[in-house]
Amino acid sequence: MNKLTLTSKNFLILRIILLVGLIILVTLPFYAAIYTTIFLSTIFMYIVLTSSWAMFSGPTAQISLATAAFFGVGIYIAATLGTIMPLLVVVLIGGLVSAALALFVGGLTLRLKGIYFTIFTFGLLELMKNLLLWFEIKFTGTRGRFVVVVDYNTVYFIMLAILVLTLLTAYLIRQSKYGLALQSIGEQEEAAEHIGINVTLVKVFTFAISAFFIGAAGTIMATRWTYVDPYIAFNMNFSFTPVLMAIFGGIGPLFGPVLGAIIFAYLEEILITQFPYYYMLLFGMVMVVSVLYLPNGLIGLIQKWRARATGGEHGNS
Amino acid sequence: MAILEGEGVTKYFGGLVAVSDVDFHVDQGEIVGLIGPNGAGKTTLFGLISAALVPKPGLIRFKGENITGLKPHQICRKGLARTFQSVKIFPNMPVISNVALGVHFGTPERVTSAQAVEEAARLLEFVGLSAMAAIPAKDLTLVNQKLLEVARALATKPEVLLLDEIMAGLNSTEIAQAMELVSKIRAQGITIFMIEHVMKAIMSVCDRIMVLHHGKKIAEGTPQEIATSETVIKVYLGE
Amino acid sequence: MIVTILDVVIAGLLLGGLYALIAMGLSLQYGVARVLNISHGEFIMLGALTTWMLYTAFGINPLLCLVVCGPLAFILGFILHRTIYKRLSVISATPGIFEGNSMLASFGLLFIIQNLALIAWGSKIKGYSYLAVPVDLGGALFGANRLVTLGFAVLIGVAFYIFLTQTRLGKAIRAAAQDPSTAGLLGVNINLVLALCFGLGAAMAACAGMLISMSYPVNTVMGMEYTVIAIIVVVLGGLGSIPGSFIGGFILGLIGSIVTYFEPGLALVAYYIIFTILLLLKPTGLMGK
Repeated sequence: MNKLTLTSKNFLILRIILLVGLIILVTLPFYAAIYTTIFLSTIFMYIVLTSSWAMFSGPTAQISLATAAFFGVGIYIAATLGTIMPLLVVVLIGGLVSAALALFVGGLTLRLKGIYFTIFTFGLLELMKNLLLWFEIKFTGTRGRFVVVVDYNTVYFIMLAILVLTLLTAYLIRQSKYGLALQSIGEQEEAAEHIGINVTLVKVFTFAISAFFIGAAGTIMATRWTYVDPYIAFNMNFSFTPVLMAIFGGIGPLFGPVLGAIIFAYLEEILITQFPYYYMLLFGMVMVVSVLYLPNGLIGLIQKWRARATGGEHGNS
Repeated sequence: MAILEGEGVTKYFGGLVAVSDVDFHVDQGEIVGLIGPNGAGKTTLFGLISAALVPKPGLIRFKGENITGLKPHQICRKGLARTFQSVKIFPNMPVISNVALGVHFGTPERVTSAQAVEEAARLLEFVGLSAMAAIPAKDLTLVNQKLLEVARALATKPEVLLLDEIMAGLNSTEIAQAMELVSKIRAQGITIFMIEHVMKAIMSVCDRIMVLHHGKKIAEGTPQEIATSETVIKVYLGE
Repeated sequence: MIVTILDVVIAGLLLGGLYALIAMGLSLQYGVARVLNISHGEFIMLGALTTWMLYTAFGINPLLCLVVCGPLAFILGFILHRTIYKRLSVISATPGIFEGNSMLASFGLLFIIQNLALIAWGSKIKGYSYLAVPVDLGGALFGANRLVTLGFAVLIGVAFYIFLTQTRLGKAIRAAAQDPSTAGLLGVNINLVLALCFGLGAAMAACAGMLISMSYPVNTVMGMEYTVIAIIVVVLGGLGSIPGSFIGGFILGLIGSIVTYFEPGLALVAYYIIFTILLLLKPTGLMGK
């Protein structure tokens, strides 16, 4: 396990830092510029997407490319229900519908050989896009919908709440026997099955939980876009970027995906207006380089340097 | 009373028959050995019992109940555990977590993390691995990894334990220790069905031995009977 | 009535020919080199847009582009395999890990290629007219360009089949597809064969792209949908079976044509339903092992 060993003193310091950080973030909209609030909301969103993705695909090593599909479902829930129901209820529904889709997809494909799952999630996006396009042309007559408008601060707070819930859930899963079970499934699935773990159930359930947060994030983010259509809502970028962020940051530790998300969300923000295609090009290249040379991500690299600096790898072989 | 039995158990892989119409039974409290030349279908038979594979056709009964078609995790929870010929420990987890997982999920009872760790520690002591509790499983020697697999299987509170060639690759001291462990496990009331190539071990520790060849059962009896059986000798020498 | 059925069937064959071609390319890359190349569609796009560019800018005959785009794509694919995927096969501990890693690398490649194309050509839909003369087949009218497309797809497919079964290299490829390690022991330069297969797959994709551009409008983001279709056909035909991909392509094309006749826009949805049923009942596909 690639965890940094935490002494109880380190742990206390970490808790204090997290608490202070949380206080700063919660009070931020009251003294920061609107631009900062908006920017941070985007970063929160990416952290949620990346951590949720890593929650399932990290320990099980089953790569899901469905993030964008769940995100898009969340967006469309906002577009259809946003004006009819209270915002928090809509966000909840967005999460639940995404989780339901994940239960369906997972139930179908997670009992098969690993690659079928990945293949299925890859095509899911095109499927949803086509389905909704057809539906809109046939039944509603117009392409796309308008989304209810919500003020920036509300979006910020809801996104922050989803972020805290996501990270908390990820942490609790890791600490519990289910986290251990997930890890065992990723390391040696057959043995896990033989010691009483219902592998398919654990996988499907975790997949659904991760989809919940992705969907909820989509629902709240949609309110910033005022107009969405199937092309905007179901965009492969949202399946790609979280994977990139998690791999670059480091899948193993809890904060690897967080680190990766912050770095690339920031990069995207500063590059997207001037260089809309170049930044995605850069991301693609970083992905290839990361897969080739950064098996444990940035955090893994940092750990290696630290170990070398303090003289020799800790532990074994 | 037969705690584990199979009727007409058969398995084809493509056009090749791996196990062919095998009837077997293991009585409560016995240690039964399963021997045969390489490729005889022994591990396949274990796979069929533990539900990693499904017999077609054939029937397997555990404590009188038909368990054919159940999933491996269900069979484990009913009280049947196994080890693997190519050791399948969880490499990146500490030894104690490997066993604790078995405690957590191997039985229908719910245990707290603390209880699981406690039970895991007890099992590690039983097999003699207490000193290695915190080490990542991949860093263990082969012998210790096999012991870990046994401890993990025992964590699921089995009534029947399937051991698949646990003595392969062990030296004579280690083999003697393994034989002792097998006796200790039986003394706990657990029935054992074991595949083994190390003849002297099988002969001394088993109550009864079954011989497979080309997927068929060709002989069955006490170690004495098997050692003197012409059919068996021919099969081993004729190879 | 007969005319309608003929209409639908021939349209299905035309579509099927294209599907067979793109699927065979992916089947080579996945079946032999074990790379789930989800950037496959981007090579199709490259072939399509390069052809469009050469035709509209320099008036070069699209069929001639085949001779240009094909080999270029082959070289590109070959280099990519030697640089990226070969290294991945070295550093990946198990075949399962290699599958995952190579899929991820392909994912990165997808965005690299797509965005390079977006930078070069922008995002607008493009098209050109070539051989758009109608041909009368039993009362139904079809564009000559589409018939040429079918003709070429079948030609390439058959030529490739002959190559696989009759030539030494083709047999080496089939051996490698069955069992890479044994093939290596038998004197097959496995790394070379894998890279060749990857390059061939890319070349087929580019050719398919060129054929598509003759009959349909194209744009820089067209690749993804074709990748999904290619994957479905490969699974339908059986992972690792190249003849399966060929037949599967025609089957799916026919289905697509029938569905489009009743409910245009639902073709991909129909493909996915079939895909789902397939995964539930026989994941190994029609001709898979």
